[in-house]
Amino acid sequence: MSEMTLKLSVWRQENAADAGKMVDYTLPGVSEHMSFLEMLDVLNEKIIAEGGDPIEFDNDCREGICGMCSLVINGIAHGPEKRTATCQLHMRHFKDGDHITIEPFRAEGFPVIRDLTVDRSSFDRIIAAGGYVSVNTGNAPDANAVPVSKEAADKAMDAAACIGCGACVAACPNASAALFVGAKISQYALQPQGDPERARRAQRMVDQMDAEGFGACSNHAECEAVCPKGISIMNIARMRREYLKAIIS
Amino acid sequence: MAASTSVSNAFRSTIVKKILMSLTGLGLVIFVLGHLIGNLSLLFGPEPFNLYSHKLMSLGPLLWVIEIGLVAFFLIHAWNGISVSRHNRRSRPVRYAKTGDAGGPSKKSLSSVSMIFTGIILLVFLVIHVATFKYGAYYTTVIDGVEMRDLYKLVYQKFHDPLYVFGYTGVMILLGFHLRHGFWSAFQSLGTNHPRYSGPIYTIGVVLAIVLAIGFIAIPLYTYFN
Repeated sequence: MSEMTLKLSVWRQENAADAGKMVDYTLPGVSEHMSFLEMLDVLNEKIIAEGGDPIEFDNDCREGICGMCSLVINGIAHGPEKRTATCQLHMRHFKDGDHITIEPFRAEGFPVIRDLTVDRSSFDRIIAAGGYVSVNTGNAPDANAVPVSKEAADKAMDAAACIGCGACVAACPNASAALFVGAKISQYALQPQGDPERARRAQRMVDQMDAEGFGACSNHAECEAVCPKGISIMNIARMRREYLKAIIS
Repeated sequence: MAASTSVSNAFRSTIVKKILMSLTGLGLVIFVLGHLIGNLSLLFGPEPFNLYSHKLMSLGPLLWVIEIGLVAFFLIHAWNGISVSRHNRRSRPVRYAKTGDAGGPSKKSLSSVSMIFTGIILLVFLVIHVATFKYGAYYTTVIDGVEMRDLYKLVYQKFHDPLYVFGYTGVMILLGFHLRHGFWSAFQSLGTNHPRYSGPIYTIGVVLAIVLAIGFIAIPLYTYFN
């Protein structure tokens, strides 16, 4: 098993009010089998052993499905591998002596809490504004009572694959949340269950997105390239159609 | 469900701003295309060009409608572009120390990230351009017994001024850059994205950008070197 020594430049920031700065570390003994977050765990062990404060970063499932991990690695959200969340990125994609720059997701809508951890509750507020369907209580409806076409189901499922990590915002030159909001609006707009609240949902979610200080989408499509789930910007086009229909209805 | 947002609110939405930019932008593409086709008459000497420009100037009230429309299109396009760009700068107050390109399906390019810069230069150019030709020296000529403006003479003079010719050429390259991202982006901002048509629209945008840039560059260079 080959081991690497890495030079890491990591964003350190005490709290939201602190200006923060990049701090350099040298980490020997990195196994190619480690995930990126495991590499950071090892770095933290080293920092703690030397009497320092560990680097704070978000993570949870480490299986690529929860959307908690973040990080901009060498300028790319979730690092260099396509359709891969940071937790699923392995150190075999780096080589001995590499210099890796690690920064938090940067956006007005994602203020830094500490180090690499950002507050993504703006996404929760966008969801609360309309990212739900209201259903009557009672028994579950019959399985085939509401027909959904295969095509609509597939597209809705593709949109629903969004794990809400926010890499789209981090990668966007404008810090726009259009891919996230587009995916969330699309997953409901494509299905009959989402139809009754369709117009209101599109309008409220878009208005909330703007209110949170996210930028305007200028179609760079960088979001799609970094999305761990490969969500298409077709969903952004759909969001615009839905919003336009909502405001003229 | 009726719209809960007022119309004035909708115009503040980033989506509506981009829709306005798309509609005006596509309108301006049609204008620029027409402008190029008209300008090609320059290649055939003074008479065809002067007759063409005389015909345009003789449109009377229709010309006024077109001109006011064009000014409105440019203003709406530029105003919203600047507004959106300022909004976007505020959306990332702390910049990245290191930036990268994710590649793959990304369409981020020099052209897409420089829209505001190419746009502002085009706007400044536009003012100079209109001042130079529309409000420039008024020579007259007589063709078939009709006295008309000799715009060809003015164009000929300007297109023999190296500063003007090469400045113009540079700006037209920037026009190409602006359209390379702008054309397909307008369709995407209008909410049109289709697995079958989006690819061709993107390609048409690239071709259009190259054709327009080369077309507009060819005329002054041809005049200059002949």
